[in-house]
Amino acid sequence: MLDLSVLVNNFRFLVVQGLLGLGGFTGGTLRLAIPAIVLGFLLGIFVGLARLARARWISVPATLYVEFFRGVPLVMVIFWIWFIVPQLLRVPIPEYGVALAAFVIFEAAYFGEIVRAGIQSVPRGQVEAATAVGLTRAQTMRFVVLPQAIRNMVPSLVTQMIVLFKDTSLASIIGYVDLTKAAQIVNNREIRPFELYLFIAVVYWVCTYSMSRVARRFERRPA
Amino acid sequence: MSYQFNWSVLWSGQSGGWLLQGLLTTLELSALAWVLAAALGITSGAMRTVPWRPLRALATLYVEFFRNVPLLVWMFFWYFGVPPLLPMTIREWLFDHEAEFWAAMFALGVYHGARMAEVIRSGIQSIPRTQFEASVAMGLTTFQAYRLIIVPIALRLIVPPATNESLNLLKNSSVALTISVAELTFQTRQIETYTAKAIEALTAGTLIYLVLCVGIATVMARVERRFAIPGLIARGG
Repeated sequence: MLDLSVLVNNFRFLVVQGLLGLGGFTGGTLRLAIPAIVLGFLLGIFVGLARLARARWISVPATLYVEFFRGVPLVMVIFWIWFIVPQLLRVPIPEYGVALAAFVIFEAAYFGEIVRAGIQSVPRGQVEAATAVGLTRAQTMRFVVLPQAIRNMVPSLVTQMIVLFKDTSLASIIGYVDLTKAAQIVNNREIRPFELYLFIAVVYWVCTYSMSRVARRFERRPA
Repeated sequence: MSYQFNWSVLWSGQSGGWLLQGLLTTLELSALAWVLAAALGITSGAMRTVPWRPLRALATLYVEFFRNVPLLVWMFFWYFGVPPLLPMTIREWLFDHEAEFWAAMFALGVYHGARMAEVIRSGIQSIPRTQFEASVAMGLTTFQAYRLIIVPIALRLIVPPATNESLNLLKNSSVALTISVAELTFQTRQIETYTAKAIEALTAGTLIYLVLCVGIATVMARVERRFAIPGLIARGG
């Protein structure tokens, strides 16, 4: 009853193109996930620092940004960008651009919260000591607070990266050919939903589980 | 920018009714899935901490597999993959009774049950081990100790993260539109299709989600204060 030949025959399309995005092909889960993680984290650092800023005209908008995006579904954000940006710019945006923009903007709110919590986890006395030694505010951040904060952030950062990696499957809703969409395309031709969807579940699982294993090793090293 | 705003599309014609129906479907789907997730989460979260290895292994298998795969994949799996394997009579009953709704409910519940299990496990692990030892010393069995002592304390400890996770469930119910459950996001898109007014439709849907999430979070912050165990949780300290 279980027909595994459908997986063998379409392995190249599913894994090489759908997951990795290789082979002169626009698509791929990793090609979307890696830039989304990097850019989302970078924007998240700014959001997190902005939330802690003393000036209210910086911290209030940053707080609103975080609260807004944490209160709406990602699917909604993807549709916003998909419908609105082409209307504003009067140029068609490829699915890749829409999906990447949506993930970066959405996940920056979550990364921002992690950065903020990480910075706040550094004891206040550290900052006072650094100031007493004669460091400027920027130097205190750069040499004292951030190195400790980043270590404290590692577990939540990895969890969020895994969440983002799984979320990239939602790009298939607007037609971006990632692993999920690739399975849908094959299924439309072969009608083997059980095998195909279970297979991509295992592929996603291997990726996310290995991410969490690598992270656990990192967590142990710095005390 | 030459976009013509026309907010009246939201209350003229069928749009208002669609939004209301979408909201009700979202709430119904989330509520049923939440019950399933809470049941699975409490059971498997507690099982992950019991001093008996086979039970722990079973719960770990469930949690690690279902938590680490995208919800969208589970939606497709439960909706397209599983029904063909069911007996004919069950399958026919399902497709007469909104199969997509039940598949979405199952996918959401099983996925978030695995995530809820982690919340509950960390709650249980934050209770001093001596509580369990004391209950067993008093003559309770392991099951009684969990049912009467450990789980009730854990549930009071985890109100904040469990609220967070419940809101994630509510927001994730929007993924059900991929298997054409007519929930809120689906109806928002339907309004957009019929009226070609994307900004108005999306604003309405987004605001409803925001009000739901902020409202639930506010209520649960009250509940948290009410159920806090004095001496165990330092609030605002």
